[in-house]
Amino acid sequence: MSKSRRVAYYGIFAALAILMGYVETLIPIPMPVPGIKLGLSNIVVLLALYCMGGKEGFAISVVRVAVSALLFRGFAGFWYSLAGASLSFLVMLPMSKSRRISIIGTSVAGGVAHNIGQITVACLVLGRGVVLYLLPVLMVSGVITGIAIGVAAKYCVAYTDKHIDI
Amino acid sequence: MKKLDFIIIIMFLAAAGIFYFTGFRPKGEGSVAVVYIAEKEKVRLPLNDDTEKTFTTDYGTNTVVIKNGKASIASADCRDKICVNHNAISKNGESIICLPHKLVVEIEGTEKSEVDAVAK
Repeated sequence: MSKSRRVAYYGIFAALAILMGYVETLIPIPMPVPGIKLGLSNIVVLLALYCMGGKEGFAISVVRVAVSALLFRGFAGFWYSLAGASLSFLVMLPMSKSRRISIIGTSVAGGVAHNIGQITVACLVLGRGVVLYLLPVLMVSGVITGIAIGVAAKYCVAYTDKHIDI
Repeated sequence: MKKLDFIIIIMFLAAAGIFYFTGFRPKGEGSVAVVYIAEKEKVRLPLNDDTEKTFTTDYGTNTVVIKNGKASIASADCRDKICVNHNAISKNGESIICLPHKLVVEIEGTEKSEVDAVAK
């Protein structure tokens, strides 16, 4: 693949991931507990991970976090999101290489890791373990949203492999 | 879905269950809402006493309300409003957190009040 083609794909994927983060805020989901979210942008990160590779997926994930923080959430949310996204990616990367785990398993582990990363930063920022009681709830919600996102990503990857030459 | 996917899902659900039953959950009704700002205890508000208190710091402003035995945050000048949208809390160990303002409202004190009730 030529360099310019590569740059264009980085741009498209990063833009899609940022847009997904915004679309997610438009979907009203009742939140009994803070921190539960669908994680739509993880579809794009998974797509980049499976169709492009680890390095590309990580770059797109970091760009998404930085730009979304600047656009929507402010700097306070940046470390919080970055911890979730990084931990999630560290877990998903080796899993995406395994032939015995499908994209759904990868997505579930990524979703749970994302929530654990955010709780960890919340504990560090607040200096107290007060948010730990949310851990079981956020793990279960990570599994449920992870399955949904994984199924969606599976169809996206199948389509991309068939019709688009990355 | 492959076999390992199911194992991963079951493993996480089991871990969540284990955490839940080993104490990572709210326990019983609490009696007092404690407000912390930047890790320091600011004030203790009894839940049976309806009040409204506004906290202004360098980080920003939050208004904590105690009503009908439950604590909630009525308004805040942060960007995400997660604390304002949070449900009212009353169970021991529950908390509302405003990360940008480093403010925590935590419910405490069930065991003690139960002992008091028995003693009386």
